[in-house]
Amino acid sequence: MSLSVPDLNFRVIAPALIVALTALIVLLAELVTPAPRKRWLGVLGLIGLLIAAGATVGLWGAPASAFGGMVVADNFGLFLTLVILLGAALSILLALDFVRAHRVDQGEYYVLVLFAVVGMILMATATDLIVIFLALELLSLPLYILAAFKRADARSLEAGLKYFLLGAFSSAFFLYGIAFIFGGTGTTNLMKIADALAKNPRNDLLLVGAGLLLVGFAFKVALVPFHWWTPDVYDGAPTAVTAFMSVGVKAAAFGAFFRAFLVALPAFAFDWRIVLAALAVLTMTLGNVAALLQSNVKRMLAYSSIAHAGYILIALVAMGASGLSSALFYLLAYTLTNLGAFGAVIALSDGERERLEIRDWGGAARQYPFIAAMFAIFMLSLAGFPPLAGFTGKFLIFSAAVETGWAWLAVIGVLNSLVSAYFYLRPIVQMYMSEPVPGWDRIRVAPLVALALVLALIGVIALGLYPTPAIVMATGGFLR
Amino acid sequence: MTLDPIVITLIEAVVKTIVVIVALLTAFAYLTLVERYVIAKIQSRIGPNRVGAIGGIALLQPIADAIKMIFKEDFWPSQADKIIYTIAPGIAVGTALLAWAVMPLHPSTEIFGYRVDFFIADVNIGVLYLLAIGSLGVYGIVLGGWGSNNKYSMLGALRSTAQMISYEVSLGLALVGVLMISGSLSLVTIVEKQSFIWNVVWQPLGFIIYFIAAVAEVNRLPFDLPEAETELVAGYQTEYSSLKFALFYMAEYINMITVSAIAATMFLGGYQGPFGILPGVHWLVLKIMFFIFVMMWMRGTLPRFRYDQLMRFGWQVLLPLALANIFITALVMLVVGA
Amino acid sequence: MESIPFYFLAALAVLAALGVVVMRDPVYSALALAVVLTALAGLYVLLSAPFLAAAQVMIYAGAILILFVFVIMLLSPGREGDAPRGALKWQRPLAVIFGGALVAQLALVLLMTILPTGRGLYTPEYLAQIGSTQAVGAALFTDYLLPFEITSLLLLVAMVGVIVLAKKKS
Repeated sequence: MSLSVPDLNFRVIAPALIVALTALIVLLAELVTPAPRKRWLGVLGLIGLLIAAGATVGLWGAPASAFGGMVVADNFGLFLTLVILLGAALSILLALDFVRAHRVDQGEYYVLVLFAVVGMILMATATDLIVIFLALELLSLPLYILAAFKRADARSLEAGLKYFLLGAFSSAFFLYGIAFIFGGTGTTNLMKIADALAKNPRNDLLLVGAGLLLVGFAFKVALVPFHWWTPDVYDGAPTAVTAFMSVGVKAAAFGAFFRAFLVALPAFAFDWRIVLAALAVLTMTLGNVAALLQSNVKRMLAYSSIAHAGYILIALVAMGASGLSSALFYLLAYTLTNLGAFGAVIALSDGERERLEIRDWGGAARQYPFIAAMFAIFMLSLAGFPPLAGFTGKFLIFSAAVETGWAWLAVIGVLNSLVSAYFYLRPIVQMYMSEPVPGWDRIRVAPLVALALVLALIGVIALGLYPTPAIVMATGGFLR
Repeated sequence: MTLDPIVITLIEAVVKTIVVIVALLTAFAYLTLVERYVIAKIQSRIGPNRVGAIGGIALLQPIADAIKMIFKEDFWPSQADKIIYTIAPGIAVGTALLAWAVMPLHPSTEIFGYRVDFFIADVNIGVLYLLAIGSLGVYGIVLGGWGSNNKYSMLGALRSTAQMISYEVSLGLALVGVLMISGSLSLVTIVEKQSFIWNVVWQPLGFIIYFIAAVAEVNRLPFDLPEAETELVAGYQTEYSSLKFALFYMAEYINMITVSAIAATMFLGGYQGPFGILPGVHWLVLKIMFFIFVMMWMRGTLPRFRYDQLMRFGWQVLLPLALANIFITALVMLVVGA
Repeated sequence: MESIPFYFLAALAVLAALGVVVMRDPVYSALALAVVLTALAGLYVLLSAPFLAAAQVMIYAGAILILFVFVIMLLSPGREGDAPRGALKWQRPLAVIFGGALVAQLALVLLMTILPTGRGLYTPEYLAQIGSTQAVGAALFTDYLLPFEITSLLLLVAMVGVIVLAKKKS
């Protein structure tokens, strides 16, 4: 029996391959690394991420697919790959001192982060539902473990278990959806699904499948009403892990979400955009309102991340080239800003003791003017103040919505942004205007964390002042 | 009168099944006797020589044993899970017997102008079928131990689960070498291909790994921890008596015959004689008897493993060896170009 | 006539699946799951995929489920009590309504849809010609090579993760 092997174009998956290889090297190196030097494993990981970023840039502009149309290297996927690599690199930078302070200084931390990155990259570049599903699992499994990584802390374990159970539950929905789609079209390849739909736009099995798929995606990117796990998991997981998953999962899952719906389903007779629009309204509103009520920074940022998922969903509803590029830009801006915000939380913690209650932040500005200023800028960017990255992102998304006739959705988005300003400004007010809370002098800001913050800050300001190159890069689109 | 071919096939299958089951049950009954003699000889004793003795051998002993077993009190532990407690021995015997559905016993021959195959079914994934059925065999023990609601039974069941799962991996991997050489999962094909040279010549390591793992799978010494009488009374069988105990006992012996038959089929050519001499069922029986004798011999001479030794041996010695065997086989096949 | 085994196995699978959910004793649930998986294996045989059937029994019923039973026995959680009171009480009617709606919707769609009847690549004749084992192997190592390799990474991650979470602090 002769086998015809499909196009094994390993170049196309080079970024994922390099990161996977790095993860394996770190896993082996961990065996021979003595306990005090574990952080060098993180540095090794950083180098791997850098090389992968180089490979990604090398693939830029020449869309290609491989493995029988299972993955592609188009500019959409490569842009997201860069965003994921950037997010991972910054969060490793944040983690290098964090894991030591929390006495979880193990090489496996970096291994798991790297494996999750492999899953994220594959998810953002996959064009086959099977690969998307496996990549989803490959990114989720390390995150479940990382959420529970601080085993001495019951809340961390709880977060891990909760994330695992609900994640497994949502994966089941996702898989069930794939089964229905396969039943309706006879294929799991996104392009071939689109072909099947072009021939027969009314397809009930596909409708059910797409619905279940939507539930799976909604769980992963935390859309209301599938968001319940988010605050508890974000709060319970070690902060460095929260920082990583809040940005990486969003980029990867939204990548696959966009690709699945925009490549496979445009010819679908059922107009799914109205469902997504409703979800977007719910998500933005509930996320922002719930964030208003939080007194804990991590929970507040968790609800804020839910709200941001709602904004990005508007871009998906808007479809078209402008919607796509605005979403990509937004994900990049969100990655930098959110990592910065979590980084500031890490920076202002005394060893294992983190200041998570907003009222404990009083007087931070006096002791740590630079960190406080950076945190304030990240908050303003999340709220969408010009001239910061968050503003540009929101502006692009809302104008894409208006362009495609979804003005009412844009209006709701703007109103939501206004509401959100209140809770984003609250910690700033606390830091600058309240009486100092004792104990600030015990805190030593780790230089690497400060470095990560400065890098994120540069990005946030640069994207706000001069967004054109990033917008141009984001308009690459799909390889169909 | 002509019969529908489907009906003929059906009748043939039923007849074969009955013959195989009767043969196995008889073999089980007399194996208990044989075992008692072998152990007695090893321990310089005489062994049973009273019931229906001919020339000092108690030929009717198994029948006496059976009668005694049936008329014993059927004991029910008060806190036992009645349903599970009852079906467990059934599962044990059922899975033990099911394995024989794919075993080739004798070359196909013409009898009265009608071609008879001496196997119940030639499934083209026969080896996998055997492994699948074998993996289900654990249920009998686990459920028996759990259903009894007794600490010793439970511990025995837990031990045997861990042990059987651990050794199942090596057992399956040890057979992969043979599959690679034969290029088929069908037991009939595998036996046919050994008509001149047995697989053991090419797969000595696989053969040894298989045999060790198989002894562990049937919970015989030195791997009889699930029922280690000095620690666990009688392991998962502690609460069982009468017929249900007999069923467990039967399952254990049939499993011994089964793993021996698989060893004979996979590595020693099954019903094939050495260098193609007179193929037939007698060779298979001889080979099975040889393996069973070795197992009895081991029981008479070897001490029991400690539990941690057992696990370490299974995972750290047997499993890597089995993987190495596959790797070497693949490498040799690649180089030779088979 | 030839669909009788199908309906038998399908009904068995559905009933046993209900049993998994309804049974109060976790061991019984696990056993019911074993029946589901074995019935599915039977369906695979009917679809001329004996290799998948054997793999299904060996891996799911023979290995994974045994581990379930093993863990259940080790933890011996006893019978499941009544549903939690208090905070979660209001969720019950909601769960019934939404769950029921989902089931009804799925059933409706499946009843309405005329399932595509076209024959795929893996017809019984094709499988008989090249062998079901060979077909699975060929698919895994050509068309599905990438998913296959991702799965191997996934298993590695699972192993690393289990060790990280279960290892005693040195």
